[in-house]
Amino acid sequence: MNVIVCVKQIPDPASPGALSADNTLKREGKLILDESDGYGVEMALQLVDGAGGGEVILVSMAPNGELSGMRTALAMGAARGILVSDPALQGSDALTTAKVLAAAIGKLGGADLIIAGTESSDGYTGTVPEQLAELLGLPSVTFAKRVTVNGQSLTVDRQTEAGYDEVECPLPAVISVTAGVVEPRYPSFKGIMAAKSKPVDTVTATDLGVTPVGWAGAGQKIVGVVQAEARAAGEVIEDDGEGYAKIVAFLENLKVI
Amino acid sequence: MNIWVFSQEANGAPTSATLELLTKARSLAASGTVSAFVAGEAAGIAAMLGEYGATKVYATGDLGGRLPGVAASAAMKAVIAGGDSPDLIMFPQSYEGRDVMSRLSVQLDRTVLTNNVDAAIDGSSVSVTTPIFGGNVLVTTAFSGSGPFLAAFRPKSFVAESGGGGAATVVAAPVPELGATGAARVTVVHTEESSGPKLDEAAIVVSGGRGLGEASKYELIETLAKLLKGAPGASRAIVDAGWVPYSYQVGQTGKVVKPGVYIACGISGATQHMVGMKGSKSIIAINKDKEAPIFGIADLGIVGDVHKVLPKLIEALQGRG
Repeated sequence: MNVIVCVKQIPDPASPGALSADNTLKREGKLILDESDGYGVEMALQLVDGAGGGEVILVSMAPNGELSGMRTALAMGAARGILVSDPALQGSDALTTAKVLAAAIGKLGGADLIIAGTESSDGYTGTVPEQLAELLGLPSVTFAKRVTVNGQSLTVDRQTEAGYDEVECPLPAVISVTAGVVEPRYPSFKGIMAAKSKPVDTVTATDLGVTPVGWAGAGQKIVGVVQAEARAAGEVIEDDGEGYAKIVAFLENLKVI
Repeated sequence: MNIWVFSQEANGAPTSATLELLTKARSLAASGTVSAFVAGEAAGIAAMLGEYGATKVYATGDLGGRLPGVAASAAMKAVIAGGDSPDLIMFPQSYEGRDVMSRLSVQLDRTVLTNNVDAAIDGSSVSVTTPIFGGNVLVTTAFSGSGPFLAAFRPKSFVAESGGGGAATVVAAPVPELGATGAARVTVVHTEESSGPKLDEAAIVVSGGRGLGEASKYELIETLAKLLKGAPGASRAIVDAGWVPYSYQVGQTGKVVKPGVYIACGISGATQHMVGMKGSKSIIAINKDKEAPIFGIADLGIVGDVHKVLPKLIEALQGRG
């Protein structure tokens, strides 16, 4: 079984984000593997392992040729990857992103299963997996919280507002996986060393025949950026054993108890 | 301006997010029309959809186990191709809303803008506003090109108000032949019983984070939430750790809540979490680390150990009967 995982390399969420002059998120320097994508990579590795053979292949898009996030996924056990990198991609909207990823998946010749996170941690548009499925003409199951493969089909527990649905879906298909669906492994030292020599094919959007991309292809333009009204901090006290009483008094004052 | 609202139902009534969007659509549409689009049967909710502003309700009818994303988008596309094309389609930021708009965006070759909290119309131009960086910055984005424009809005972005309209006319919008894309089928529907109020509708939310130390301590959060007739929530950290289901998650990638009181227990306040709860009327935070960012937005902050503060608080509240 061959599984393609869409992974995003993002600026470290632990450091404060900043906007570039064109109001896109600054993506200079080192990028890390989006934590949301660790689940998809792990799920793919487990499914390939369970099927008794096959490969986990990564697909990613970044404006600046960055590979460090992809190397993390390769260190976890993915076999190889394709990175679409092109300065022209700056400003791409979610639909263009999906078109680029679909073209990259097409170049790889498709797979039995394509996995993505439900949404990225930096842009969180949350539409790319389903857009990808439509572009590839495939069925999809989004918000998967449990996935099993039975031969040529999938059984998925899909998160809903009211609980979850059990969904049957034939392969090939696209799924998006929620955080916590599996426990992502930490790359081993051996894995990290091996990742350095695993092949990553770097191509441009033009190589894939996807144009226009970036701002030129986006169906939107940013017209305003303002600071939101700040919320003022209130009283902060050290608990001396009576902190709970402060909370009780606060709730009484609000008349909720 | 003619507007469609993707409308969802829960327990026999339109969801609150649907009514919020219909209310906003009414004011945006001005002299144009507001229609609702339902993935399923609409007979039971057409009166209420009409009351909140829809004059027409497109309904796909029973989906027969097909997933709404692929089925409702194809039904929408068929109506649009038939000549009844809206200028703007508003979606709730929900599981189904996101899926339908994603599929439709490819079918119509139109961009999508999600996570919005406001919308404005200037002539034929539509712009929407999204909070970024944990809600510290608001970005306004205008759609370019021609409609239908596709936008999703977070729950509680608008206040639902009845428009006093009569029942809407229900128009059939059947799902066309889907081919391979429609091959997935729902075989079993599981409804998780919850005794208390829903997380995004509760007047009080009590959330737990990594500071609880271990999964079994989440019981403290559930007990406190129950005592206050509120709903239990969680930070992403403990959802990722598998302590509680994804449906408990408050934050950018989870639910947006705006309760009267939000009690954050053992949550440091990553921007990812804060964006989902900083709209709460009052915020109480309990955390060991006095430098935790959550104290920067809390009305009452207790620097202390949740394992000491919570049991005492629970005992005090139980004592009040």
